[in-house]
Amino acid sequence: MADSRVFPEPGKPALVQPEGAHYFCRGDWTLAGIEDLDSRLAGVNWPNKDLQLDGSGIGAIDTTGALRLLNLVAELERAGHPVTLIGLRPEQRALLDLVRERRADAGVSAPPLTRSNPLERLGRAFVSHAQAGLQFLGFVGEAAVSLVHALWRPDRLRWRALFGNIEDAGVRALPIIALLAFMLGIVIAYQGGQQLKIYGANIFIVELISLTMLRELAPLITAIIVAGRTGSAYTAQIGTMQITEEVDALRTIGIAPMDLLVLPKLLALVIALPLLTVFADALSLFGGMVMAQALLDVSFTDFLERVPRVVTLTSFLLGVGKAPVFAAIIALVGCYQGFHVRGGADSVGRQTTVSVVQSIFLVIAADALFSVVLGGIGL
Amino acid sequence: MSVPSQAKPSVIAIRNLRNGFGSVIIHEKLDLDIHRGEVVALVGGSGSGKTTLLRSIIMLLQPISGSIKLFGQEIVGIDEQAAFQLRRRFGMLFQQGALFSSLTVRENVGVPLREHTSLSTKDIAEIADLKIALAGLPADAGGKLPRELSGGMLKRAALARALALDPALLFLDEPTAGLDPVSAGAFDELVAQLKKSLGLTVVMVTHDLDTLWQTTDRVAFLGEKRVIGYAPMAELTRSEHPLIRAYFEGPRGRAAENRRAE
Repeated sequence: MADSRVFPEPGKPALVQPEGAHYFCRGDWTLAGIEDLDSRLAGVNWPNKDLQLDGSGIGAIDTTGALRLLNLVAELERAGHPVTLIGLRPEQRALLDLVRERRADAGVSAPPLTRSNPLERLGRAFVSHAQAGLQFLGFVGEAAVSLVHALWRPDRLRWRALFGNIEDAGVRALPIIALLAFMLGIVIAYQGGQQLKIYGANIFIVELISLTMLRELAPLITAIIVAGRTGSAYTAQIGTMQITEEVDALRTIGIAPMDLLVLPKLLALVIALPLLTVFADALSLFGGMVMAQALLDVSFTDFLERVPRVVTLTSFLLGVGKAPVFAAIIALVGCYQGFHVRGGADSVGRQTTVSVVQSIFLVIAADALFSVVLGGIGL
Repeated sequence: MSVPSQAKPSVIAIRNLRNGFGSVIIHEKLDLDIHRGEVVALVGGSGSGKTTLLRSIIMLLQPISGSIKLFGQEIVGIDEQAAFQLRRRFGMLFQQGALFSSLTVRENVGVPLREHTSLSTKDIAEIADLKIALAGLPADAGGKLPRELSGGMLKRAALARALALDPALLFLDEPTAGLDPVSAGAFDELVAQLKKSLGLTVVMVTHDLDTLWQTTDRVAFLGEKRVIGYAPMAELTRSEHPLIRAYFEGPRGRAAENRRAE
């Protein structure tokens, strides 16, 4: 139970009441008491002569109330009513003086926003993006140099971190990849099967599923899942270490952050992603197979017999071969954005978003490039 | 309900408090009273539960059992609505400042005001600027982001936010830790001045012996899972208790006492 006499709840409304020549301030001039004070003051008729504001009726006053009282006096004086403030207790007077003195040093509102013209903003955006692109290239170069060093001296590679990362990014991703690849196989088989059925070309479902999946969709969906799952984790981890100065601590101990934080992640993903892609290949074929039997009466045996005849080794290898490139993109973008975290928690969130968006964008762009180039050389 | 006859009512009254994590007991049968207008420091060796005690007083941690009365109201097992009402009556300065990193200092100070009052944006900005000045920051600090501030300015900005709602009770967790001696001294003075002019009750956790001598009225020494000494510094340092002696007898303790004597 609150004892109201010992600790009065703040918040009797502050107001000003005229009584003869005096204007009495009453109530609590506290944060809670001065809310809506303006509406209560609206009804007061101020006389057109010197007026005396009597503070002897003020219950409690805090800095916010003192600020409001000073503002009231200033407003009245601006409106042409010279005001004398009387009846304040000494400690209230002291508080008022403190607020008046401190307010004199207090900042005026924020500096005006400088409006730049659209052309200038476009230019600035272009320059900053170009710089970011160059910095990223620099980072890729640095990573390549440490990679060469590490391959030269494999004993200096952080094997423990490497295997830990393979487990995190690879093994633990198996269930979600299995589920999504399987469902993707079902979806493609269903949509394609409907069309094939019209022409009675049921058996061609095998070509449809195995080529789209093995060559394009399985590597892509795996890379996108890994970018969302692991790339974001890389950014968040390195970003947080950046804020807590752990990255600087590594440097001062003489451990290159590149060696400990980036290389194991890069190598782990380059190893794990192709394996995950093969796994996704298998599961998506299985999904297609289930659908082919249910919808098109293509038995498992027919399906499996036909797969090796329609899928060349080249198609399969091209699909899996894209995975290490995607892996390198995801790991490098994730780590790079992590190192670019500055300041605090909001920056970690921002860079993580940027990391996922950029890595997915670059993965799809690289995939498109593969299609064009490989098409050009006739594969 | 009868008013206790003592002249100074307890703003914080803790009885028989028991705190712990899992099987580790931090506090056992802990009693503590803090009166209105007092500046009280909680001290003790590392791991003696100073911060845990502070966190249970500000309702961040539910004790296992016992009673904590804040402004006369029981907060062990308090409901969310009553807790919200109580929260506007105290301010807390966290050790690392804990300013919201995406907001400017002025916006940071405005957050409690926005949450607890219906004042206009203009009024909130004006009040925030006043608090920033009260905390002794220069006028241009309001528009800056926390990461642009130095350690000492960060603490002041955090203090401005703790003072936003004009609380009667202020909690400080290691207010001078990590500050240079000049900033630390200025911070001590600031706390003393605010206490004097705003009538604040201040509870702080600190290891800073100079702060203990300069600003506190009483010091509560935590050890053996409870308060083993609770007195003004001059008295506490004469205590015969081995833990208290060990804490204050070192060369640093002596030096701080001598500085006080000069």
